[in-house]
Amino acid sequence: MKLRILGLLAALLIGAAAPAMAQTAPRAPSMAEEMEVQALLRGGSIQGRISIPDEKAATLIQPEGREWREFHNVTLAWVGGIAVLGMLAVLAFFRLSKGRIPIEGGAAGRTIQRFNVLERANHWMVASCFIILGLSGLNLTFGRHILLPVVGPEAFTAISQWGKYAHNFLAFPFTLGLVVMLLIWIKDNIPNARDIAWFKAGGGLIGHGHPEAGRFNGGQKMVFWITVLGGAAVAVSGYLLVFPFFFTGMEGMQLSHIIHSLLSVLMIAAILAHIYIGSIGMDGAFDAMGSGQVDLNWAKQHHALWVQEEMAKGRTAAPPPGAKASGAD
Amino acid sequence: MARMKFLLDAERCIECNACVTACKNEHEVPWGINRRRVVTINDGKPGERSISMACMHCTDAPCAAVCPVSCFYTTADAVVLHDKDLCIGCGYCFYACPFGAPQYPRLGNFGSRGKMDKCTFCAGGPQADNTQAEYIQYGSNRLAEGKLPLCAEMCSTKALLAGDGEIIASIYRERVQKRGYGTGAWGWRTAYRETVAI
Repeated sequence: MKLRILGLLAALLIGAAAPAMAQTAPRAPSMAEEMEVQALLRGGSIQGRISIPDEKAATLIQPEGREWREFHNVTLAWVGGIAVLGMLAVLAFFRLSKGRIPIEGGAAGRTIQRFNVLERANHWMVASCFIILGLSGLNLTFGRHILLPVVGPEAFTAISQWGKYAHNFLAFPFTLGLVVMLLIWIKDNIPNARDIAWFKAGGGLIGHGHPEAGRFNGGQKMVFWITVLGGAAVAVSGYLLVFPFFFTGMEGMQLSHIIHSLLSVLMIAAILAHIYIGSIGMDGAFDAMGSGQVDLNWAKQHHALWVQEEMAKGRTAAPPPGAKASGAD
Repeated sequence: MARMKFLLDAERCIECNACVTACKNEHEVPWGINRRRVVTINDGKPGERSISMACMHCTDAPCAAVCPVSCFYTTADAVVLHDKDLCIGCGYCFYACPFGAPQYPRLGNFGSRGKMDKCTFCAGGPQADNTQAEYIQYGSNRLAEGKLPLCAEMCSTKALLAGDGEIIASIYRERVQKRGYGTGAWGWRTAYRETVAI
């Protein structure tokens, strides 16, 4: 930044002295050109007038492209690589050091309904979209280094082309699913004091105690808000990218890409942890989104307050018509 | 082998757009795509200059650096070309290019913008030289016929020079020394990381 300011000052000084010099001796044109460019660059890119309809073509030189290239090739590759591989390493460490988290006292054999059909269907719609969106997105940054040498250029182009179509079109069910998630789960995901206690106790993964939690514990609420808020930001920036130059100019497109890709790799890392704890990381957890019926002991271990609430509902619920008290016969 | 470059002498360009027309006609470039364009800066004000701009065939080309499918390659003449059969039309090269060279047949349609098109330095593409297949995808291949890019060849004021970088730089150097002024080779530092020393 300092260098740039110095350059501008030099440009102004030399620019003022130039007309006098031009009459006598050839000034260094390379210098003068760069100075002129520098002076013009004060406003960023060099804009001119053009006689064709494409307004973007009126930009003669856009230096921001260099920064975007640096971001795409260096920053994003590092952030994405560290986020995704780092998270996988952390999860592998957990698996090896802690093993699979068991249900305390073993399975009760009795189950309790945790997620209904709508909740599960919506979850898997978002999840399947997310996996394809994530893989096709990662492919755009890392595919040429990892997949291209393996499958060859033609096959890689075919994969990337279909990945791009899938990425563009699955954005819509993904966004719809996020809205549904927000509507059906927000009431159980308002952060409260119990979440702080839950995090202080180290949560379900690190801690040994089992802090009481309602329907969703602090970690799950975090996943919910990462999905909803992160997903919203990724969706908005993604729609700007999928309709190129409809809503914004060059800087807007570059910025959209930066926001979209950075948030996406961070979300991928977060969701990897979510997938781990919901599948191989913990006994009994997958049932919640699989059959929707979780083991009662699992539920008591992780969501004691929720179980109490559900049980209370059961006690006060009206008996089905025609039901007879047991032992009445 | 020569290191092919474009050089635009802004003191000579009269914004006649003959380079644009020549390019369009030579390669039958479709409507909406401009491989070359003339931008006028400071229009109607002191210091007005017109600059004919196309792909500069950069050293360490940004388009090639960011392409997710690595469809770019550099020829022995240092011309930056791309393979349209590999291009997925993602638009990344346009975000990275300092000169706005990459063009797309479609603007939107859910980001499916079609195969990118850009100036080939009249050097065609990866198909066999001067075949119909090459012509349809990339236009004519004048370099293979021993000719230089048509835009520069038919520039009436010889503002636009195309050819071996050393030779066109020396032509420009001679001009500047003779007339005593010049604003330099536009875009050279950005494209080639060097300028024409006088």
